[in-house]
Amino acid sequence: MTTNRIHQKLREDKKILSIYFTAGYPDLEDTVPIIENLQESGVDMIEIGLPFSDPLADGPTIQESSTRALKNGMTTTRLFKQLENIRETVHIPLIIMGYFNPIMQYGVENFCSRCAETGIDGLIIPDLPVDVYEEEYKSLFEKYGLANIFLITPQTPNERVRFIDSVSDGFIYMVSSASVTGAKNTFGAIQKQYFERIHNLRLKNPQIVGFGISNEDTFLAATELAKGAIIGSAFIKFLNEKGKERIPEFVNSIR
Amino acid sequence: MSTPVKTAVPIGGAAGSGSYHVSEKGYYGEFGGAFIPEMLYPNVEQLRQKYLEVMSDPSFKEEFNQLLKDYVGRPSPLYFAKRMSEKYGTRIYLKREDLNHTGAHKINNTIGQILMARRLGKNRIIAETGAGQHGVATATVCALMGMECVVYMGEIDIARQAPNVARMKMLGAEVRPALSGSRTLKDATNEAIRDWINNPVDTHYIIGSAIGPHPYPDMVTRFQSVISEEIRIQLKEKEGRENPDYVVACIGGGSNAAGTFYHFLDKEEVGIIAVEAAGKGIDSGESAATSVLGHKGIIHGCKTLLMQTDDGQITEPYSISAGLDYPGVGPMHSHLYTSGRATFKSITDDEAMKAGLELCKLEGIIPAIESSHALAIFENTRFEKDNIVVVALSGRGDKDLNTYIDHFGL
Repeated sequence: MTTNRIHQKLREDKKILSIYFTAGYPDLEDTVPIIENLQESGVDMIEIGLPFSDPLADGPTIQESSTRALKNGMTTTRLFKQLENIRETVHIPLIIMGYFNPIMQYGVENFCSRCAETGIDGLIIPDLPVDVYEEEYKSLFEKYGLANIFLITPQTPNERVRFIDSVSDGFIYMVSSASVTGAKNTFGAIQKQYFERIHNLRLKNPQIVGFGISNEDTFLAATELAKGAIIGSAFIKFLNEKGKERIPEFVNSIR
Repeated sequence: MSTPVKTAVPIGGAAGSGSYHVSEKGYYGEFGGAFIPEMLYPNVEQLRQKYLEVMSDPSFKEEFNQLLKDYVGRPSPLYFAKRMSEKYGTRIYLKREDLNHTGAHKINNTIGQILMARRLGKNRIIAETGAGQHGVATATVCALMGMECVVYMGEIDIARQAPNVARMKMLGAEVRPALSGSRTLKDATNEAIRDWINNPVDTHYIIGSAIGPHPYPDMVTRFQSVISEEIRIQLKEKEGRENPDYVVACIGGGSNAAGTFYHFLDKEEVGIIAVEAAGKGIDSGESAATSVLGHKGIIHGCKTLLMQTDDGQITEPYSISAGLDYPGVGPMHSHLYTSGRATFKSITDDEAMKAGLELCKLEGIIPAIESSHALAIFENTRFEKDNIVVVALSGRGDKDLNTYIDHFGL
């Protein structure tokens, strides 16, 4: 069990607002200013998207931002370079969310070690299955003090949720509905049942809801039972339309 | 009263036999596995638990075989190509998958998977397609079974494969353009996977090649293994022996190659030759020769050899043949390559086109450009006079007429 900024943050008596954005978007050197601006605006936690050419679990908004970031020249090496001094100004938890292939090509241990040096607290790798993680990479993540965050969905049976809870360290990423990112605007009865089902399992890790959170209403609905919520596509759309200077406006509209 | 039950064997043979077959965990050597987001886990896991059981069921096998016979027109002939053999000084047989209904080997797999989908209680089918052959084969079996069918196809491919788009529509399928990324096969595959994430309960995804998360590569290979099963029987009749000296097949993702090689994998006396598309040349930057240009990585849910940048971004392949321009190869083929069991060759656009035209003149058969890559190896590969070389003629060339016309100024 690691003790890092994620654990400390989750112990605070408040609902967590986490924001996802794609590194190197809209412009290559926007990564650090966006992180600083988000912290300034009162966001609790940030997911930094490592762009990938083929993001299977993402909808069009995040895919387009990834394509643009790659065109801007974003790479894994570049990201770590940009984040080199991030801990001089930023104290909230930072998580990298990326697909497994770029991490594998960088070298998993090398990647973990750079994360630790930079002050990254955790990783979300949607296409690294929990069983492969447990067998091959768990000890590595622990060695570098990184929390690894897994996803669950409305289709995940209780038994598997418990298994994922046992392997997780930090929080569980509750995908709100059967969808890729950015797909829904409101939550229906099925989501509410699912939120209750997971809440009643009394898991050891807190749950943070993601996918389909776009405004105050969906944030409040998602965090009624869960510890927090993650906003991605809606924020990227905002960035694209309004620009990074107006980030406080976006954050204030959520809570 | 109990009668001893003969242990049921799935289509393609018992599981876990032989070192080139998939392991229980879904690996071929170091390749394979199921690197999928949790959203896909229930569907892929259900398939993993059920596929061998379903494929072992005598009534399933009977239905599959009956359709292959009456609907597809199997067995496909094993044809001794006399004039071609004379020209190249060896004994060349062509496995005529081009004579199947819908014109290629793809239908073997779609028949199998639509029956599988029905057994799993699914009523909606999705598929990806590049050139449109797998899309047509999927639309065909959906019409046959009265199931809803959505085919994802890159916007660019839709523009250059208009006849196949029309065929799919006539067969009742909805063709949805993949607008993301490079708007070709790999993006169509991404879109199909996203559809599956969004429709986890009623939908089955018919993957068209020996790729994807376990158990897809093994399931597709088993459905295609009818090709090598028939070769053994037909060769026994014609030559008095079941094993040729060589089997040759073109390889993109690798489904016709997987089916052609399958029953020879453990017969070390049979040489296996896989033929990739070199495009405009291996070093031209416009190629699909994954074994040469690729590195180990993850694409569409499996660990395999794939073409990518140093940073792990998947790159866009190129071949004149739309069926071979996939940036990876199936995990079984990656293992055959790295273990040295198979020899990989690469053939350029020009070499393939020339070989395709040559088959027309020598044997009166217009081959698909994919298959022409396999035919092209004879120009630069010497075989013994009494060698028996079986080449998979995976599809017919009707769909490629425009490309032939443009290339040769016909």
